[in-house]
Amino acid sequence: MSLLAVKDLSISIGSLPICTSFDFELQCDEYWGVLGGNGIGKTTLLNTLAGLRSAESGDIRIDGLALHQWKKKQLACTLGLLFQDSVDTFPTTVLETALTGRYPHLSFLSLEGQEDIELANQALSDVALDELTERQVDTLSGGERRRLALATLLVQNPRLWLLDEPTNHLDLHHQINLLNLIIDKVKANRGALLMVLHDVNLVMRFCTHVMMMIDHNNIICGPVAEVLSTENLSLLYQHPIKKIQSDGGSFFLPE
Amino acid sequence: MSLLKSNGVLILSPRVIALFLLLILFSSFCVLYSLTSGSVDIGLARVVEIILGDNEGMQGKVIMELRLPRVLSGFLVGGMLALAGALMQVLLKNPLAEPYVLGVSGGASVCALLAMMAGIAGAWLNIAAFVGALFSILLVFGLARLGGSWNPLRVLLTGIVVASGWGALVSFLLAVSPATQIHGMLFWLMGDLEYARNFKLGLAVLFCGFVISMLIARGLNLMARGDNQAAALGVSVDHLRYVVYFLASMLTATAVMQAGNIGFIGLIVPHLVRLLLGSDHRILIPVSVLLGGSLLVIADTLARTIIAPQQLPVGVLTAMIGVPLFLFLLQTTMLKSRS
Repeated sequence: MSLLAVKDLSISIGSLPICTSFDFELQCDEYWGVLGGNGIGKTTLLNTLAGLRSAESGDIRIDGLALHQWKKKQLACTLGLLFQDSVDTFPTTVLETALTGRYPHLSFLSLEGQEDIELANQALSDVALDELTERQVDTLSGGERRRLALATLLVQNPRLWLLDEPTNHLDLHHQINLLNLIIDKVKANRGALLMVLHDVNLVMRFCTHVMMMIDHNNIICGPVAEVLSTENLSLLYQHPIKKIQSDGGSFFLPE
Repeated sequence: MSLLKSNGVLILSPRVIALFLLLILFSSFCVLYSLTSGSVDIGLARVVEIILGDNEGMQGKVIMELRLPRVLSGFLVGGMLALAGALMQVLLKNPLAEPYVLGVSGGASVCALLAMMAGIAGAWLNIAAFVGALFSILLVFGLARLGGSWNPLRVLLTGIVVASGWGALVSFLLAVSPATQIHGMLFWLMGDLEYARNFKLGLAVLFCGFVISMLIARGLNLMARGDNQAAALGVSVDHLRYVVYFLASMLTATAVMQAGNIGFIGLIVPHLVRLLLGSDHRILIPVSVLLGGSLLVIADTLARTIIAPQQLPVGVLTAMIGVPLFLFLLQTTMLKSRS
């Protein structure tokens, strides 16, 4: 059974359509990259798939069960979402933030225990923030905040990972490290991944499949090897793209 | 500073327990001190005797019938305002939100002034204020819901505009009121515990509000990080919002009904606790309630005694204590985080 199945999905923001009658399936052990121009609706699609906003029509099933039938906490144990930005209106520490990932796993009145704190510390050391556990979040740099958000998701430990531009603010080293880390984690859970990226070459490197949101009637889905071509990419970005062969691999670059 | 240490000390660590014991001691001290001071000097030992049951004579009457109800109501009102402030700040994602920001006190003020003009006094005045508060709560809620989805900024703006509408009505009522009533009206508007005698109601409301808030505290921790983030982690944000909105509003309405507009407690106390102890609501909420109560009791004691026999409105004192205290803490914590 597919982990995420979307049938006949239509989404719009006001009068602006994002997708119409969109069908899509995400199987276990698949890693999808989502490509699309600015404002095409990648974030809206992700939020809809996570149940944070309602679709106009259509059917979304997670692990076979319709999205609205899921209990919120159980859904959060299965499906995790990384947002583009994090909010820090109120003072809070790095460890407290990472611990919020345990919320769906704990019963209504229980306190975080030793085990939860160990999980949070482990995730923080995975993203190389273990030195900063007591720091106030508003004193972190953009990249450190990004890693903290990822650590929270690692603590949440879902099977279906929806990531909205996970590499934002990250330096090259952390981009590769963290994507490797996420892929390993998804593999270990026998889960699946859908992530919005703006770097086509990262999609080539980490993803098995790609979803290209050209416009609301035309969303191309398929394995990377079949779909990711200079023609499709040029159409997608409305900009000529060329392919360069090097070191036995190929790379896409804008002309 | 966080109360959760990475070496595995949990929420109920000895440090947290010590903090609560200290705060409870401090609150008790504030209440007892307030009971001893006033136009009739009654020693601390005598106060304790009277409370424990030996309430014969004039001193017993003064304590049991005058001071104790007022001090307890003051404590409860302070606790309610601090709790309501903490809830409003999370609801509106704004550290500057306070209990009155959505116009609850404005609605209460207009109805209370109208009642005063009609010659109503005593308990009916409180009931008029409560009706006004409820009306304003429902008005803002209805207006904020009209636009469909919940947007903290729009709720905040709606509340502020409605509040300023009430403010204009209050000015109008003051302008057309006979001079003999103006003094009483101004005292009510500035916040006054003179008529706060019904501490049983306050106790019931604060107790319920406190228990519910503690039950949803972990959800509040997530809501403070943004509604979407909270929803993605499994919080039923839609339900939680309504609970928080009506809880904060009822607490505020009950406080306003008993004591008029007492500023600063609801803004400063939760903010101050956040600065000192972080934003874990399981700690923030009880500490705010105790601190809010204590601060109002101290302010009221000073209001009663500072230029006795004349009394000052307690709202003036809360601001006079709260403003420098807050500025001092803001400066020192900022310096600390910079170093």
